[in-house]
Amino acid sequence: MDDIIFGLTLMLVGMGGTMFTLALISVAVGLIKRLFPKEHRAKGR
Amino acid sequence: MVDAILNALTSLLMGIGYLLDHGLPNMVMILVSFLLFYLGIRKGVEPLLLIPIGFGCLLVNMPLSDVMDKGGVLKTLYDMGIINELFPLLIFIGIGAMTDFGPLLENPKILLLGAAGQFGIFITLLLSLFLGFSKLQSVCIGIIGACDGPTAIYVTSKFAPEILGAVSVAAYSYMSLVPIIQPPIMRVLTSKREKEIVMGSMGKGVSKETRILFPIIVTLITGLIAPMGLPLMGMIMLGNFMKESGVVERLTKASQEEIANAVTLFLGLAIGGTMEGHAFLKVETLIIFSLGFLAICFDTVAGVMFGKLMCLLSGGKINPLIGAAGISAYPMSARVVQIEGQRYKKTNYLLMHAMGANTGGQIGSVMTASIILSVLKGIQLI
Repeated sequence: MDDIIFGLTLMLVGMGGTMFTLALISVAVGLIKRLFPKEHRAKGR
Repeated sequence: MVDAILNALTSLLMGIGYLLDHGLPNMVMILVSFLLFYLGIRKGVEPLLLIPIGFGCLLVNMPLSDVMDKGGVLKTLYDMGIINELFPLLIFIGIGAMTDFGPLLENPKILLLGAAGQFGIFITLLLSLFLGFSKLQSVCIGIIGACDGPTAIYVTSKFAPEILGAVSVAAYSYMSLVPIIQPPIMRVLTSKREKEIVMGSMGKGVSKETRILFPIIVTLITGLIAPMGLPLMGMIMLGNFMKESGVVERLTKASQEEIANAVTLFLGLAIGGTMEGHAFLKVETLIIFSLGFLAICFDTVAGVMFGKLMCLLSGGKINPLIGAAGISAYPMSARVVQIEGQRYKKTNYLLMHAMGANTGGQIGSVMTASIILSVLKGIQLI
C-alpha cells in the first residue's frame, strides 16, 4: 500500500472510529445516568 | 609478578581507553543523562520517570558496560516487561485506579473533545511517512501525539523497538511541557469573548451505579470495535472498576502505589537502557523529537477548534479553551485550561469541565491507538 494512502486511511478510519466510539460511550453513559439517577437524599430538610 | 600487576592495571584502564577511542557518543549520552537528572530534580519534569530513565542511560553508556547484554540487569528488565509490553499495561491499571471519571460522567458530551485531541497523531504520522520513516515507525512516532507515555511505549516496543528510547523520552518530556506548549496556541485560536465564557457549575455528582458500570461499558464497546486495544483499555478500566467498586481497597491501593511505583522504576531503567550512544545519537532521533513536538501542537489546535465548534452548537455555553484538555496529559492539561480561563475572567472556574475533557483524552488516546492497531492487523501489516 502506498504511503500516502496508508496515512490517509489511518487518519480517516482512526479519527472517525475514535469519534464514533466516544460518541457511543457518551450516549451509553447518558442512558445509564437516566437508569440510575443520583439520589437526592435529605431533600426538604 | 610485575607483568601480572601491569596486566591487571591495564584491564582497569580499558574502559577509559574505550571512552577515548570510540566513546564520543557515549560521552554525549552521559551528558544527556545529566540533563535528564537536572530536568527531573531541578525543574520537576516527570521526575518519577526521568530519574530512572536518566540513570539507565548513564549505566548503559559507561564504557564496556554490559547492563544491556544478555543476562545484564537492564536487559533482564527489558525482556521482563518491555518487549512483552507488560510494564506499560501494569502502569495502566494504576492510572485507571487513580483516575476520577466523575466530571466526565457528569457531562459525557465532552468525551468528544477527547477524540478531537488525537488529531495530531495522524498529522504526525503523515509527516513521518513523508520524511521516509517506515509505516510502523511512523505509527509509533505519531503515537507521541497521544500524550500518553504508556501507550507510546506499548505500541513502539511492539512494532518499532529500535526507536523506543527516542519515542519514550519524547512522549514523557512533551507531556510535562504541556504548560509551555499549549497556552500560546489557546490564546491565538480563541477570541476574548470565547475565553470569558463561564460554564455552569459541576458537582451534582453521579450515582454509584453509573460509576461502577462505566468501566464495564467502555470495555465492552471499545473491545467490540477495536479488539487489538483490549489489553490497553482493559487494564485502565480494570483499575477504575476496582476503585469504583469499593470492595477491593487493598488491590486498588496496591495498583495506585506499590505496583505503579515498582513498575515505573523498572520501566524507566529499561527505557534508559535503550539509549546507548551509538544507537541513539542519530539524526532520526532529533527528527522524532521535532515530530513529537508538532504532534502535541496539532492536538491542541484540533482540540480548541473542536471546542469552538461545540461552543457554536451549544449556543455559546461551552468555553472552547477546555478543548485543549482533550489530550491525555492528565491532570496537567486541565490545570492549564483553568489558569488560562482565569487570566481573562478571575471568577471563571473551568477546572472540573477541563478534567472531564482530560479524562476523555485519556480514553480517546487509548481508543485511537486501539483502532490503529486493529487497522494494522486488518491490513496485515502486523
